Order: sequence, then C-alpha cells, then structure tokens
Amino acid sequence: MYSPEIIAEAVVNGLLTGGTYALIALGLTLVYGVLHIVNFAHGALLTCAMFAVLGMHLWLGVDPYWSILPLAAVFFAFGYGLQRFVIGPSSHGEDRNTLLVTLGLSIILENLLLAAFKSDTRTLGADTAFDVIELGPMLLSRPRLIGFAVALVTAGLLWLLLSATDTGRAIRAVAKEKLGAQLSGIDPRHIFAVTFGIGCACLAVAACLLLPTFYVNPRVGNAFVLVAFTIVVLGGMGSITGALVGGLLVGVVESLGGLLLGESLGQLGIFLIFILMLLVRPTGLFGARA
Amino acid sequence: MSARDIAAPVLLVAVLAVLPFFASGTMLNFLVSALIVALGAQGWNLLAGFGGQLSFGHAAFFGTGAYVTALLQIRFGINAWAGMAAGIALGAVVGWVIGFLSFRARLRGSYFALVTLAFAEVLRILANAADFTGGAAGLLIRLQPGFGNLQFPDRGVFLWLVLGCILFVLLLTASIERSRFGAQLVAVRENEDAARALGVDVLATKLKAISLSAAITAAAGCLYMQNFLYLDANIAYGTWISVEVLIASIIGGLGTVLGPVVGALALHGLGEATKLVSGQITGIDLAIFGAVLILSVAFAPNGVMGLRRLFKGRAG
Repeated sequence: MYSPEIIAEAVVNGLLTGGTYALIALGLTLVYGVLHIVNFAHGALLTCAMFAVLGMHLWLGVDPYWSILPLAAVFFAFGYGLQRFVIGPSSHGEDRNTLLVTLGLSIILENLLLAAFKSDTRTLGADTAFDVIELGPMLLSRPRLIGFAVALVTAGLLWLLLSATDTGRAIRAVAKEKLGAQLSGIDPRHIFAVTFGIGCACLAVAACLLLPTFYVNPRVGNAFVLVAFTIVVLGGMGSITGALVGGLLVGVVESLGGLLLGESLGQLGIFLIFILMLLVRPTGLFGARA
Repeated sequence: MSARDIAAPVLLVAVLAVLPFFASGTMLNFLVSALIVALGAQGWNLLAGFGGQLSFGHAAFFGTGAYVTALLQIRFGINAWAGMAAGIALGAVVGWVIGFLSFRARLRGSYFALVTLAFAEVLRILANAADFTGGAAGLLIRLQPGFGNLQFPDRGVFLWLVLGCILFVLLLTASIERSRFGAQLVAVRENEDAARALGVDVLATKLKAISLSAAITAAAGCLYMQNFLYLDANIAYGTWISVEVLIASIIGGLGTVLGPVVGALALHGLGEATKLVSGQITGIDLAIFGAVLILSVAFAPNGVMGLRRLFKGRAG
C-alpha cells in the first residue's frame, strides 16, 4: 500500500489543482446562474485562452503570469461580444437553442484551432514548470501553488464584484428576477453579455495558471469541460461557494483516483460522480433550488 | 398512413438506389458514409425531434451497436447478421437503461444533454481501457467478402442494404407520426405536465422512444463496423457521431420524417465541397458544420424541410 506521506501529498496536490478547476467551474456556474443555460462552448473557450497564453509567450515573450490581466480583459470583451451578438440573437430566447448554439460555437472554435495549429500537443517548455517547494515531508509544485493562490484571489475579487458593485447587484437581480430587473431599468441583454464576459475572463485567468504545467492541443478543453460540469453539478448549478468547494473536492478525487487506479480510470471516477450526482441529487450539495 | 406518407420516402430512396448504376467508387463511398450517419440521425430525431429530449450522447448507442457486431464475430465466431441483430438489441437495452436512470430522475433539457454525454464518455473510457474490446488498438474484422459475413465485393450492394434500413425507418417513423404513440410523444415534447394530466404515461412514452431511437442508431453503428471493418473507442463512442447525428437532424428539419436523411446528405455534401475548396486542412469541414448548426438555429429553426414548407406557403 501507499505510505501516508504519498497519500497526503496527493491530497494536497489535488487541492492545488482543484483551485484552478474551481476557477473554470466558477465561470460556468455564474453563466448558468444568470442565463440559466449550460455553456457548452466553455471548454473550447478555455482552449482558445490557453492558445492565447502560448502565443503571448512564444511571439511576444510574455510570462504567463503577466498575461493574466491583459488576457482577462481581452476575453471579457470576446465573451461580451459572443453573447451580445451571436448567442443571444440566434437563440430567440429558447433554452434549447442556446444549448445548440453554444455547442455549435464549441465545434467551430475547436476545429478552427485544429485547422490553424494541427493536433500537435505543445507545452510552454519553461524550466520553472518543475520547481518544487518543500513543505515538511511533502514536495509541492511551485506553479500549482501560485495557481492555487491566484485562483483564490480571483474568486475573492469575483465575490466582491458580485456583492459590492452596482454591476454585481444588477447581475444578481437579473439572475433572480429578470422581468423585475428589466422594470427597474436594467438591460438584461447587457447583463447577460457582461456575465458571459466574466465567465470568459475567468477562463483566461485559469489558462494563465494552467499553462506553466499543462500542455495545449486543440482538444485540451474537452478534458476540462466535463470536469467543470461535474464541479458545477456537484456544487449546485449557479452556486459560487459550491463551485469552489466542488472544485477542490474534484481535484482531490482526481489526484487520489489517478494514484490508486491509474490515469484513465481516475477520470472515470469523475464521470461516475457526475452521473450519480445528476441522477440522485441534481440540485447539488449546495444547490438552493429544490 | 396515407399514400402520400409512403410516397415521399419511397421516392427518395428509389432515387438514391439507382445511383450505384452510374456513380463512381468515390461517390459510392461518400454515399455510404453519409447514409450511415443519416440512419443514426433518424434514431436521434425520433427521440429529440418527436420527443423533445435532446441527447448529446447518441455515440453510446452507435458504439454499442458497432462493438457488439464486431466482438461477436471476432471473439465468438458468430455470423455477422446475427451479430448485427444482437448489436441492435443491445443498443436498445443500453438506451432503455440510460433512459430509465435519467428520465426517472426527471432530467430534461441541459441536464439530459449532459448526462447522455457523460454516459457516452464512460463507455468510451471503458472500451478504451478493457482488453476484451481491443483496448486503444481497436478491433479489426478480417476482410472476407460473402453474404453471410455481411461484406460485399460490390459497394452498390452494401449501399442498397443501408438504403433498405433507411427506408424501413422512414416508414416506421411515418407510421409512428400517425399513431397514438406518436401523438403521446409530441404531447410530452410540447408540455410534459399537460400530457401527464391528460393521462399519458410520460415515463413509458419516453422509454419507448429512447429504446427505439437507440436501436436505430445502434443499427447505424453495426453498418459502420461492417463498412469500415475497423473501429476503436474514439470512433465508436467518440463525440463526432453524437454531434453529426444532431446537426444532420437539425439542418434537415427536427421532428420531420425525411429531415435526418436530407440533412445528413446536405451536411456531408457540404463537408466534401469544403474539402475540395480548402484542400486537406483538417478541421475546416467540421468548423463549417458548427457554423451551419448556428445559422440553422438562428435563421431556419425547421431546417431544410421547413424552408420547403415556407416556400410552399408563399407560393400557395
């Protein structure tokens, strides 16, 4: 069997990865909470963001961590435009259509990346990828530790934005009562687009945190998208706290599963949790709506 | 069923059936591939178009049909026709089980789409990991042309076989549309609670629909296996087939009898045209499929069949 140190190390490393997962899930859950749609393009948008980080590094020589702010801004604008001018108008206000349009978007984005970059797997190739920090008996990956910290800070900022700003109040108003918000002078189309933009900005941040240790290929987002869905379902669709806790939990499950069962079967564990949650308790562990 | 219900499917299939006398080998290969997707799409359309349950995981049924056909032949030396029958039956069983679990949990809309996607992924990972299914290396059926092996030296004969299946499903769908079950299915699609209030057994109706739907898509999987004689987990249970049957049905016309076949032919025709124009850039054709899906949802919610109706309406 495995020694307690190895198990503990796997748990902590899982928690660290889980921070970034939580960030990806945060964008998804926010969009669901406000627009009441599952954004199937979330994974493909993450892939786009990861390629953007790679591009910034290769062509402009920008360190991934310095890309966080500019890329978050660019992706906010991109997401805003997508929702305002593509997803919103083409769905005619029907949930089923939104589902199909975001699916179509994910197919387009993924395959355009495939056409442009081929299916090769690339990495940043930075020598800092394997830096470790010793913490007692454990060896922790430095990029993951940074990723965890930045993810928590981003989640905190998001919480501040939602609870303390006018935009945040408007977002929450539209999520709770669209018609009422509209009557008080809020334009739901604008708020929908802002929310979608924030979701994309979260992905940009997550991409900057992932890239130092992870690889990129045009399908890499798929690996994350079901993980993110699992987290969102686990935490309760639309719940921010749920996304955070769910993200950390899934990170640990994946890490332990990978250690005990091997990589591909560890992934299986995540899918099974996902299906079980949907079948048994679709409102999630923290879901408010019964 | 009226004579008109029968005439349109028969006419469509008859036109396609004379093609082997003129078409080149490449053309026949294209038709076979497109029509296998068309058959899968017919299955998808039955559940999603008529029943309103949008599945993103029909690969689960396609793959089961393909794997069962292949495994029975390779591991147990069972006749290909029997293998195909077993593949269709097991596909229906998988459909019933997935349906029972998710419909009983009252999953619909995005949730149903997500859970079907996850079921297909679980099957993909399992088939990719297990030795019995050939693991990541996949399965290869020996090339042995012969009627009993469901392999024909003449591509045209295989095309007729696929067309036969399509015609059968076209007539089946047309008769369902006119039947009590069809009416119940549409009632469930339009308003589940109202249907229940009127005495429709919603769960039973949905289960019947998903089992039939799965059986049809599994048949497409069996034919895919017999056509290419090779598969692996990413082909059989991959998202490509879930997505193609969905797009074909939607651009053809959701909830129409002919829609999936028309849509699959249009989609694959478009794919080939793109490849001709752009050269061999991987991904471009699929990117265009995605764009067509969005454009169709935005501007032609009833697909090609809807456009036809629009045109008729204006003319008359």
